[in-house]
Amino acid sequence: MRGVNLEEKTETEKMVRVYIMGREFEVPATLNIVKAFEYAGYRFIRGIGCRGGYCGACATVYRFKDDYRLNFALACQKAVEDGMYLTILPFVPAEKAKYDLNKLKPRGTVLLELYPEIARCVACNTCTKACPQELEVMDYVQAAIRGDIEEVANLSFDCIQCGLCAMRCPAEIVPYNVGQLARRLYGKYIAPQAKLTYERVEEIHACVFDEELDNYIELAKEDIEQLKKIYVEREIKVG
Amino acid sequence: MKMPYFPGCSLKTIGEGFEKSAIASAAILDIELEELPRWVCCGTVSSLTTDDLMHHLAPVRNLIRVEDINETQLVTLCSVCYSTLKRSNALVKNDPEKLKTLNQFMYRENDYQGNVKVLHFLELLREMGFYKLKEKVKRPLKGLTLSPYYGCLLVRPKEFGIDDPENPTILQDLVKALGADVIDNPYQLKCCGSYHTVDKPNLVADLGYKILTYARNLGADALVLSCPLCAFNLDNRQREIKRQYPDFIEIPIFYFTQLMALAFGLDEDLGLELNYIDPMPLLKEKLLIDPTSLIKEPKIE
Repeated sequence: MRGVNLEEKTETEKMVRVYIMGREFEVPATLNIVKAFEYAGYRFIRGIGCRGGYCGACATVYRFKDDYRLNFALACQKAVEDGMYLTILPFVPAEKAKYDLNKLKPRGTVLLELYPEIARCVACNTCTKACPQELEVMDYVQAAIRGDIEEVANLSFDCIQCGLCAMRCPAEIVPYNVGQLARRLYGKYIAPQAKLTYERVEEIHACVFDEELDNYIELAKEDIEQLKKIYVEREIKVG
Repeated sequence: MKMPYFPGCSLKTIGEGFEKSAIASAAILDIELEELPRWVCCGTVSSLTTDDLMHHLAPVRNLIRVEDINETQLVTLCSVCYSTLKRSNALVKNDPEKLKTLNQFMYRENDYQGNVKVLHFLELLREMGFYKLKEKVKRPLKGLTLSPYYGCLLVRPKEFGIDDPENPTILQDLVKALGADVIDNPYQLKCCGSYHTVDKPNLVADLGYKILTYARNLGADALVLSCPLCAFNLDNRQREIKRQYPDFIEIPIFYFTQLMALAFGLDEDLGLELNYIDPMPLLKEKLLIDPTSLIKEPKIE
């Protein structure tokens, strides 16, 4: 998280020079890219979301003066640096397969059937370089080609669907949607089920706890302190 | 002896039985096939366009990963992977400019130094001597007549093949050591139809009909081969062949490693579950398998 550190208050006065879509601005060095845009007078309508690094809406691409390489980040998570060339990406027009998860079978070939373009991967690794979450994107696309759903789900677990991998792929693959499909298949069909949760849900449906709960509701009206005491002293079973 | 081994995508899907039987029978010969960590698709068919370096990234990346674990050899089972990896390896070893371009593109990886040798598992066995296999045979494949089938990429082009491109004998020598008989099929080098299986299954069926009927007419009980794509075209496509040629008689297809596992008595690791034409009736008829032995039910997907 990139909040203002109180002990380094003087840092807030330090300014850096950035170029927003080519135009030069001076902004405080403590700002992240999103805030730098807003400081400069821009207002986000698209390409912005949770501002907390979770939603993936503010994926962006930037470059430094005199460096040919493109860099990738979530605009809400990356502090501005001197000499940054900035832009915003409002939307990724990526292809997404339509499917009914309940009708799919967790076979390795499903990924290839719904996203046949994954077979075009030449292992160039450009997607991996673009990932702001630092995932091994190319490796999970490769695992998808050979139908290893579990590996795809594990390697893509921290994906926030920002879309940068798809924008960069020279083979026009949409890795993040392939990863999402694999995680859905893994979660529904392959991952071991939490048996105790299912048992408890059945107990709830069978009204096993209804009477006890009614008693507590009554108690809450009559003697709230007694209810608190029961709560604090309750037995917690672990394992 | 530990050997870094490159499975390739097919051996994780349609060719599971190939991998299973290979690892098990290699272990009998004190060869531990150790899967390369974090491998990528070989690139499936080496690009012959001189300015198309992009398609050499995948094979070269795999070779880098062999160097990353301080090894100098890489064993393959699939004929296509073998050919693709070997050709890209030769290309970059002979052309430092191209290697430099590739290394610069993959700046996040270590540079490929060109120190890896790509081997086919069959080459490894031949180097060791087929007589060593003979010593391990518990159940000679007596009475089983096989038609070796090489296809294209195992022996061609000449510079990258593992045997004489016109008259190869490596599969024949191997199965003879296991106690089987072989026939000389003039179609042993005929293309199986390769990728036409995707959009022209009828063409593949035509080729398969010739290859398989010739083998059958010459007295073969089954075919033996080393390529998952050939296996798919000659085994699974027998359904299309039967549809196109009602006189066709089905014939089982074996990976050479499945026959090794059979001869070594590794009944648990034959990996026949995904074979389309069930070889069990043949093996029972030839008394090569205990009819009561526990063979898993075929996997239906």
